[in-house]
Amino acid sequence: MYLNNKMLFSIHILADEEFDELCFEFGLELDEITSEKEILIREQGGEKAEGASDVVLYKIDVPANRYDLLCLEGLVRGLQVFKEKLEAPRYKRVSPADGGEPQRLVITEETASVRPHAVAAVLRNITFTQERYESFIELQEKLHQNICRKRTLVAIGTHDLDTISGPFTYTAKPPGEIRFKPLSQSREYTAAELMSLYKTDSHLRHYLHIIENEPLYPIIYDSNGIVLSMPPIINGDHSKISLNTKNIFIECTATDLTKAKITLDMVVTMFSVYCDEPFTVEEAEVVYPDGRLSVYPELAYRTETLSGDFINKRVGINESAESIAQLLTRMCLRSEVSGEGDLIQVEIPPTRADVIHACDIMEDAAIAYGFNNIVRSTPRTYTVANQLPVNKLTELLRQDLTAAGFTEALTFALCSEEDIADKLRKNITETRAVHISNPKTADFQVARTSLLPGLLKTIAANRKMPLPLKLFEISDVVLKDETKDVGARNNRRLCAVYYNKSPGFEVIHGLLDRVMQLLDVKPGRNQGYHIQASYLKIYFNDSTFFPGRCAEIFSCGKSIGHLGVLHPDVISRFELTMPCSAIDIDIEPFL
Amino acid sequence: MIFPVIVAQGESSMADNGLLESVLRLVEKVDGGTDSQDVAADLGVDHQVIVGAVKSLQALGEVISAEQKSSRHWELTGEGREIAEQGSHEARVFNAIPDEGLPQNQLMKMPSGKVGFSKAMSNKWIRLDKAHEGGPRVFKTVTIEDTVRDKLQLVQKGQSAKLEDKEKNELKKRKLLSEVTVKSYWITKGSSFSTTITKQETELTPEMIASGSWKEKKFKPYNFEAMGVAPDCGHLHPLMKVRTQFRQIFLEMGFTEMPTNNFIESSFWNFDSLFQPQQHPARDQHDTFFISDPALAHEFPQDYLERVKKVHSEGGYGSQGYKYDWKIEEAQKNLLRTHTTAVSARMLYKLAQQKFTPVKYFSIDRVFRNETLDATHLAEFHQIEGVVADYGLTLGNLMGILHQFFTKLGITKLRFKPAYNPYTEPSMEVFSYHEGLKKWVEVGNSGVFRPEMLLPMGLPEGVSVIAWGLSLERPTMIKYGINNIRELVGHKVNLQMVYDSPICRLDS
Repeated sequence: MYLNNKMLFSIHILADEEFDELCFEFGLELDEITSEKEILIREQGGEKAEGASDVVLYKIDVPANRYDLLCLEGLVRGLQVFKEKLEAPRYKRVSPADGGEPQRLVITEETASVRPHAVAAVLRNITFTQERYESFIELQEKLHQNICRKRTLVAIGTHDLDTISGPFTYTAKPPGEIRFKPLSQSREYTAAELMSLYKTDSHLRHYLHIIENEPLYPIIYDSNGIVLSMPPIINGDHSKISLNTKNIFIECTATDLTKAKITLDMVVTMFSVYCDEPFTVEEAEVVYPDGRLSVYPELAYRTETLSGDFINKRVGINESAESIAQLLTRMCLRSEVSGEGDLIQVEIPPTRADVIHACDIMEDAAIAYGFNNIVRSTPRTYTVANQLPVNKLTELLRQDLTAAGFTEALTFALCSEEDIADKLRKNITETRAVHISNPKTADFQVARTSLLPGLLKTIAANRKMPLPLKLFEISDVVLKDETKDVGARNNRRLCAVYYNKSPGFEVIHGLLDRVMQLLDVKPGRNQGYHIQASYLKIYFNDSTFFPGRCAEIFSCGKSIGHLGVLHPDVISRFELTMPCSAIDIDIEPFL
Repeated sequence: MIFPVIVAQGESSMADNGLLESVLRLVEKVDGGTDSQDVAADLGVDHQVIVGAVKSLQALGEVISAEQKSSRHWELTGEGREIAEQGSHEARVFNAIPDEGLPQNQLMKMPSGKVGFSKAMSNKWIRLDKAHEGGPRVFKTVTIEDTVRDKLQLVQKGQSAKLEDKEKNELKKRKLLSEVTVKSYWITKGSSFSTTITKQETELTPEMIASGSWKEKKFKPYNFEAMGVAPDCGHLHPLMKVRTQFRQIFLEMGFTEMPTNNFIESSFWNFDSLFQPQQHPARDQHDTFFISDPALAHEFPQDYLERVKKVHSEGGYGSQGYKYDWKIEEAQKNLLRTHTTAVSARMLYKLAQQKFTPVKYFSIDRVFRNETLDATHLAEFHQIEGVVADYGLTLGNLMGILHQFFTKLGITKLRFKPAYNPYTEPSMEVFSYHEGLKKWVEVGNSGVFRPEMLLPMGLPEGVSVIAWGLSLERPTMIKYGINNIRELVGHKVNLQMVYDSPICRLDS
């Protein structure tokens, strides 16, 4: 969002540095200082930018939970209050000024299966300018992307109330029975036709999935059967708003009622500033299928009581209750000392839906106090440090493996199915691999079940290096394991490869002997370690190794891994050309 | 060349020790040095031989010092050398004539006849009697001196300076002399000058040590400009070296390592237990890797799960909650953990199940994000995390600990910016002042865990838990000057970079 100088002036800020400082203090991101012209040059080239404005613009990013700062109106208001240049406005829900009946939205039971909630409100006698109108549209879009979760939770529809007449009906119908002229189209379409029309729409196609497979589509009619909107996809053309619109009917349909209420509150609190009677919002009634009637917008103010001591102790400051109340007021949380001890009464306005606990209030006090004004102190927490045994062993072994002439590689924990199966001449079903459901590319199909593919790929990427290449990695692979709560566990393994003009089995074998020496395991069949040919594995199971050149490694009678010369097919499949021997062992038995 | 070599220039033309010592004796006699050409003349050997001797002597170290110079120099041509030996053509003609004369036709048959006859005639050394009986006959007239031969012999002896320029140019015109540029050496005594040559040894041997002969030996000098032989060793990966240092820092600060060796996590521990709502964008397919097999976690602490469900959907513990329909199905979904904070949650829950004692925890391990990849982002990276749980911890304490932690990284100028994080409140981004870039750069994230996360676990009300995190890759890339993360992490690593990377001292 872009702020200009005029807005900065309204918060009494003149210098860029001062604004930068304010953003930092308040928790905003000042992305860049630019101008309309610069933006156009960057996005569309120099020609389009001719005649564009040179006025300085400040690009701002706001924190994800502060919906009240999502539009210029809200951001400037928030900063003005923070700088004590403005008192936070009080938002008021009012009955129709003419004493008539409020607008009414009736929900039918058909909506229950697809999008059961709806809320509504009216902005009376609003005055748009081009800027205000654009900001109004932009805020809806931002809310849609943000709190509305790409319209899945909430969809906003705004309508020129003077073109339609209530009561309005929110229902759901089979797509074939819905027919209307949507926004920006010149003729009527059935809902089914619209879904195929929007398949290629760069913007709308992202929302189609929300209702596409539903038997009934949500739809809102006025009393004359005119379609207001088909949420969450598109509004009707008939009721579209323009610069000249004076009275706006706002409806939000939702699968999450809490979010719908917040969204509606946001739209009306931000833009009621342009109504003849600023910060007032005309109520609307929503009637549920069971006959219940609710009045919206809620615009609820909630009061929390907390002690100055609580704030002081949590933040690490020592302020009076009065001064804390003043700090909170600057954050749009109007606060007063209650007179009882150091208790402070804090009023949370409808714009601050992010404040759900005393800790949120505490944070606002800390922000207003200034994080960087808080004295930094060291807690006296006394503890004794412990290393995780498997990491301690890993650290010690890594050092000695490099001393043995092997270089450490660091490879990805995620890889393709092919890497751990086909390329190693194994069947994927035998790997006990954990599979990822939503990989964007084949590189992230599974969690690795072996460190070997990563090492071989590292060699392939470094074929220009002088031979021999001696690499190792001590890291985790992931295996399915029913005994764990999540059905999988990590396994810390040591893998090393020797790549040269001759296979160098003796080198890899020597490394095993060295590792066992480091682990204080002596050669021997029972209490020691030994290796033995694993012909059976070669022919019926484990075919990564060259026949007759593979041995299984046993320590204290338990199989801990393999070593051997890699099968020529494995070497070729990793785009290598030289013989290669490898060792792969589980180090967890040595903890 | 990457190993030290014994200087071996001129080895092929190495002269025998006799000659070398002759040269040295000559050099000894002159103060201020001598020219190698003069040495050649004095010893009566070809100059090239002396040049070879000079190079051999240089190889012995500081025996002599020799500076190369070039000079103009007169030299006999092939014909000039013949004349210096046998006399000029005219003299040879003259000498061939007996007192009684010689018939002209016989004289002309001599090798130098033609040229010698005309030159001797013009010198008036001989006369021709055309009318002599028996045909024209040649007679000597005078006794002669062969000055051409004498001059050429002077040049041959290296005494061309004794001739006048006019004489030399005359001989040059007759193609008997030519002027050449000669590269020679100006030889002076070196710092360890001696007139005797001892053979230089290349290396000290066990025999020399045993016999003590090393005391008499001279050793060829090493070339200290060359690189040494690289030791035959393995190398640690730079990212892992930095990990070791961060681990060390946490251990020095009394932090205990958390068991983060579980990449697969349930949504419950990764999100729900952290009070991250089920509709949060981070739980989207676009941000998180979900697991299809095993798709669901099947075991949860049941009463804790109920408390988590309640605080999300209804609130409690002083919270409004998020007021939505919390679903166990969503919490069961397995995923690749998106942060190690999932493990912190497990640890804090475990801590809450016993009588509370203060703890300091840390971890450095892999986390996974289903994000768009670029030069600084991969689908997996290492997260560094620190957690402190104790009664009455303040925001000021968090900043104090961060100050200590970053001081150990050599970063002392810190400031804190309000930020948003679903499971911490307050949340602070940590910025440090970068002296090179002259600006504040983000170095980590931190915060105080929300009561909605801690109280359902069963931690006592007064206990605060402060935490911070940063990535391992970013400080490593800065430390080792790497711009593309793929050159650091994963199989596309440049092994040469791994071989060459220095040890990691984060505070210097």
